[in-house]
Amino acid sequence: MIVLNWLALIGSYVRESIESVGFAMRSFFGVLAVSPGAMKRPGLISEQIHFIGNYSLVIITVSGLFVGMVLGLQGYITLTPYGAEQKLGQVVALALVRELGPVVTALLFAGRAGTSLTAQIGLMKAGEQLSAMEMMAINPIQRVLAPRFWAGVIAMPVLATIFSAVGILGGYLVGVQLIGVDEGAFWSQMQANVDVRADVLNGVIKSLVFGIAVTFTALFQGYHADPTPEDVSRATTRTVVIASLMVWGLDFVMTAIMFNK
Amino acid sequence: MSNLVEIRDLQFAYGERVILSDLNMDFPRGKVIAVMGGSGCGKTTVLRLIGGQIRPRKGGVSVGGEIVHTLDTAGLYRLRRKMGMLFQFGALFTDLNVFDNVAFPLREHTNLPEELIRDLVLLKLNAVGLRNAHKLKPSEISGGMARRVAVARAIALDPELIMYDEPFAGLDPISMGVTANLIRKLNDALGSTSILVSHDVQECFAIADYVYFMSAGKIVARGTPAEMRVSQDPYVKQFVNAAPDGPVPFDYPGKSLDEDLGLGVCK
Repeated sequence: MIVLNWLALIGSYVRESIESVGFAMRSFFGVLAVSPGAMKRPGLISEQIHFIGNYSLVIITVSGLFVGMVLGLQGYITLTPYGAEQKLGQVVALALVRELGPVVTALLFAGRAGTSLTAQIGLMKAGEQLSAMEMMAINPIQRVLAPRFWAGVIAMPVLATIFSAVGILGGYLVGVQLIGVDEGAFWSQMQANVDVRADVLNGVIKSLVFGIAVTFTALFQGYHADPTPEDVSRATTRTVVIASLMVWGLDFVMTAIMFNK
Repeated sequence: MSNLVEIRDLQFAYGERVILSDLNMDFPRGKVIAVMGGSGCGKTTVLRLIGGQIRPRKGGVSVGGEIVHTLDTAGLYRLRRKMGMLFQFGALFTDLNVFDNVAFPLREHTNLPEELIRDLVLLKLNAVGLRNAHKLKPSEISGGMARRVAVARAIALDPELIMYDEPFAGLDPISMGVTANLIRKLNDALGSTSILVSHDVQECFAIADYVYFMSAGKIVARGTPAEMRVSQDPYVKQFVNAAPDGPVPFDYPGKSLDEDLGLGVCK
């Protein structure tokens, strides 16, 4: 009897999980379906890029600088015993462009912009603003969600690129200016061993995918939060947890596909 | 057709919980009709059904001859352009100022030049007495003013039907009177039909042409305010006189106090 109860419990849990994934996918395609309409008003999207992209710049830049500086230091310590410190530029650039740039930016974006999107949409719902829009014959998914979604998708690769660029400068500051690695070797090794298509482009593709995942998660959680202070706060937490886990999972899958040679 | 909105044999339920049953109501054109009743009796649900935000289980609502729940999304949105709705707490867009809130439906639904939108918005705000507050943010105005801005926004596109959900809730007596007069004046000036969902007896009776009383999802009384004032119906009497006990009991139904305290129960 107990075994049967457990089986029923596991069964219902699996069914609910599949159902919620299906619901999320339906909502995702719902946002895509109204996107052509939203694209006709680029002003709304650029307004949101300013809101979620510009305001994330400070945390992205500062984090990128410190990650690059730490990479420079750790890279130097690891490479020196093998007499390979000239490879520092390559190591820093590849680590940032392939992995740390897209991944850390996505995590910071989830914390900085994702939470504010969830809270904003959740509170708009709680204040009946979305219902008011519906009653004005304006589709809130097209007017509110879609511009924010595309703004996030556009902002993420730009922010990840800035993160990587500032990170490389941080590695240069510590490696070349502070420790004294040869400047020519630092830049030439980087130039010779970082490929635009295999490394840079793949990094951009990763951050695009993260942009889609993180921004949609944030919007979905806000839009489907119960209109109470408790659930809006829970939805904000869910955004960070789900978006972060999705970033790690998607990163592993994409790394396995992109860099399997 | 004399009725703009007709509700026929309407039933609505959330799962097993029946909210409205066998509802029949008429809302004639050009009139102000009040739907009154205690909290949770299903008044707001009626508005949501008229606006097509929820679907009935049985029966239907027709607005201008169109059955609301049979319309597709495009048809529903077309119908909603003829409606204006005031939400209980205004539901103003908090990121926009007063002017932009009222301009919102005009900018979304028309291609009017900005100068014309400006004039229209100022006229609407003038009608609710808040033309000089057009630059303020919703956080900078009082609840009563927010409600009036929301009224201006609801009438921005000169709707045929204006629905007010608890327009007097939480207002001081002066704001209440101002809002009540506004509802009547706007209805007559625009030639529209107004549905007023409220539990404020004095204000509703002062401006409504006809009143429906609801209790537990059903119509329990109907008539003009004058008829309701002298009604001998126990529910209407309790409601109009604000009596604490009557057909609507003070106590939530369930076990008696004696049972809960274990008094008088012998085995």
